Formats: sequence, structure tokens, C-alpha cells
Amino acid sequence: MKEFFDMGGYAFFVWWSYGIVTFVMVANVIVAKMKRKRIFKQLQELSEES
Amino acid sequence: MLAIRRRRELSNPLVFFVIVVSLFPLGVSPDQDLLSKMAPGVIWVTALLATLMSMDAMFRSDYDDGSLEQLLLLPGPKILLIGAKITAHWLSIGLPLVILAPLMSLLLYFPTHAIGSLVITLLISTPILSLLGSVGVALTLSLRSGGILSSLLILPFYIPVLIFSTMAINASANSLPVSGYYALLGAFLIVSALLIPFAVVAALKVSYN
Amino acid sequence: MMQFIHKYGSPKYFYQWSYGWQRWLTVITVLLLGFGLYQGFFVAPPDYQQGESYRIIFIHVPAAWMSMFVYMVMAVSGIVALVWRIKVAEIVIGESAVIGASFTALALITGMLWGKPMWGTYWVWDARLTSELVLLFLYFGVIALHGAFEDPRTGAKAAAILAIVGIINIPIIKYSVEWWSTLHQPATVAKFDKPSMHISMLIPLLVMALAFKTYFMALLFARTRTEVLAREKNASWVKEVVEQES
Repeated sequence: MKEFFDMGGYAFFVWWSYGIVTFVMVANVIVAKMKRKRIFKQLQELSEES
Repeated sequence: MLAIRRRRELSNPLVFFVIVVSLFPLGVSPDQDLLSKMAPGVIWVTALLATLMSMDAMFRSDYDDGSLEQLLLLPGPKILLIGAKITAHWLSIGLPLVILAPLMSLLLYFPTHAIGSLVITLLISTPILSLLGSVGVALTLSLRSGGILSSLLILPFYIPVLIFSTMAINASANSLPVSGYYALLGAFLIVSALLIPFAVVAALKVSYN
Repeated sequence: MMQFIHKYGSPKYFYQWSYGWQRWLTVITVLLLGFGLYQGFFVAPPDYQQGESYRIIFIHVPAAWMSMFVYMVMAVSGIVALVWRIKVAEIVIGESAVIGASFTALALITGMLWGKPMWGTYWVWDARLTSELVLLFLYFGVIALHGAFEDPRTGAKAAAILAIVGIINIPIIKYSVEWWSTLHQPATVAKFDKPSMHISMLIPLLVMALAFKTYFMALLFARTRTEVLAREKNASWVKEVVEQES
């Protein structure tokens, strides 16, 4: 197990790469979901007004 | 009066070019070898920036007083009108740069036998700079802070011109054959002269949406 | 063809048919990512030259491929938007630009992290990294132009023109950067051979590339659907959708 996380001495580079990619790809999804919620709220307010 | 004001505006980028090129020896070092090596890059990058600075003038006054819209409504090919605008811009900035650059290259100890190639690359490439730049200004014409934005859009497109021009000058400084570079730059010029006016017309239509 | 484009590009119909696609693409993405990562970390052997560090390839190369692919999607939807005036295509331009820029940034960052153990420095002005950097600049331009207009439709059209000019220029930029880098290749930087891809390394690479593609499409559908609702807020079908889903 330790050997796996050590990545033959390249742990820093490998895990940072995968970490940043995961972060950005997850953040993209979260941002999209938050925007959808925000737009829905606005649309609901709009339909309640009318 | 208007003509004088415009002439002043047009000469500003040229003064900018002269000043920025002279800053490099002050900022880096007056070392002769270093400067002569950097000279093509310095002159070319500064020329790119000076061209971009002058870009806004191409359509701005005609846009502000509404005459551009009138001209676009006229029957007949709009491409010719755009072509005339771009040519006028090149005459006001590109051509003076071609004349100024050899002078400035002396300040950077650029070898005199390669000055010919500097002039030739500028002569072929500055029209490409005007052409590509016109797309940027046409797209950002209706925006208030269009100047910086259009530079942002256009600079990446200048990269091939920058690369091939400076490589040609370096090759010439090292007494290597250069005609291949000239041919490539010439091909760029012809292709962009044929295609870009159409993009400019489309961009102006969007600006007048 | 025309009818097809207009039908599938109409905001209301797009909103309906894209839902299923988005769901299935999400499921497929998760499955592919799981399989690809398992293959990449546990099945593929270490490279004989680069050891374990080569495993960055399974995300670096797909991200780099996506950076090009997304630009193409953007330019094609730009053409569709300008020629047929399809509203959904206009939205796709702006939405894909953001995703594409993030893929490009990822390709650059992972490339730098891979370069450090390989070349000894985080940055080398080699042809691929340099053209990836220029591509990032092109994305910045499209995003900045798109956002500069108050009217989103004008912004989309302007961005479309820029993207189309860009897609014509990209091959020229790539070619010039390649030429430039072969002339300037510093002697100290050893150009290492491409690792000869064993099949056990090729499978995770291709699976991950596919996963990135489906991820992009799912995200693009999701973002475009949201934006469609926002732009069509006064249409009656949007009100129905809002009532149903809340």
C-alpha cells in the first residue's frame, strides 16, 4: 500500500497532477449545479410575480 | 484642424516604438553582444505593440460620427471599403515602422549586413499585422474599453508572423538562406489579404447589431 | 439538414431531448473513469524509462486532446450560430469556452508536473507545451470577448467570429511553433523518446480519453440547459418546466 502511494518516488508529481485534475473537474460540476439552482430560483420568483 | 489632431494621434505609436526600443539597453545592459542578439526580437515585439496601439484609430472616428454605418449601407462591395481602410492604416503606421526600424536597430548594435532582412520582413509582415488587427478592432468597436480587449484577442494571432520574421532576420544575421521565410510570409500576406476582409465585414455587422 | 438543425436546435426541443443524453453521459463517464483509473494504476506496469511518473500521461494527454477538441466544438457551433442563427448553438459557444479553457489549463499544469521529473525543470519551451499555452491565450480571448457585451447574443456572435478565425489560425500557429522549437531546442535538454506504448498502457489512455470526452459532453449539456432556461425565461414552456421541477 505504501509502495502504491509512493509512486516509485514520484508521489509529489503524480498525486498533485491527479489532485488538481480532480479538483478542477469536480469544481466544474459544482459550479454548473450552483448556477442551475440560482437560475431556477430567479425563474421561480419571476413566475410568482406574474 | 481634424487632420492635424489625427496626425498627432498617428505619430504617437511611432514615438512609443522609439522610446520602448531605447528602454531595453537601459533595462537589460548596454552589452553589445547581448543587444545585437536580442535586437530582432526587441524590434519585432515593440513593433507589434506599436501596431496594436494604433489599431483603434482604424475605425474609431468613423464609428463615433456614424459615417462608417453610412459607408456600410452604400451599395457595392464592402470588401473594397474595408481594404481601403486597412491600407490607409498600414500607410500611417506600418510603413513608418519599416523606415524607423533600421535606425533603431543601429542603437541595438544590430549587424548592418542583416538590416536588409529586417526591412524586408517588416515590409511583408506589417500589412499582415494591420489585417489581423482589423478583425480585433471591428469586433470590439461597440465596446467602451475595446482597445485593451482587442489587443488581447489579436496578440496570439501575431505569433506566427513574429516567429517567422525573427527567424528570417536571425538566419540572415548568420548568413544563412532566407528566401524560404520570405516566401512563407508572402503566402501569409496573400492568404490573409484574401480572407480577412470578409471576417471584418462580418465583425462590423455584429458590432452594429 | 436545415430542418434537422432547426428542430434539434430549438430551445424547447433541445431542453427535452438533452435531458436523457445528459443522464446517460454522466453514468458512462463515471464508469469509464473508474475503469480507466483502475487500469491505469493497477494493471499498467511502470514504464521502463520513466518509472511510475509516466502515469500522469493518463490525464495529461486526454486533457490536451480535449483542449483541441473543445475548440473545434466551439468553432463549429460558431458556424452553426452565424449561418443558421440557432440560439442553442450561440449558447454552446460561451459554455464550451469555459470548459475548454479549464482543460487547456489542466493540460499545461500536468505537463509541467510531468516535465519536472523528466526534464529537470517545470517548464521547457517545447513545441507542445508552447502551443498549448497559445491555445490558452486564444480561449482567454474568446471568453473575454464573449463576456464584454451586455447583450449575450451579440457576445456570442462576436465570439463565434473570433473562434472561427482562431480555428483557421491554430494549424499555422502549431506549425510555426514546431518549426521554432526545432531550431531553438537547447542542447542540454535531452529529447526522450516517446514511450513505446504497450497495450496495457494504451487501454487506460484511450479509456480515459473517452471518459474526458463524455465528461465534457455531459457538462456541456448541463450548462447549456441551464443557460437555455435563463435566456428563454419569458417563454411559457420555461414556466411549465419551473413549475414541474420545483
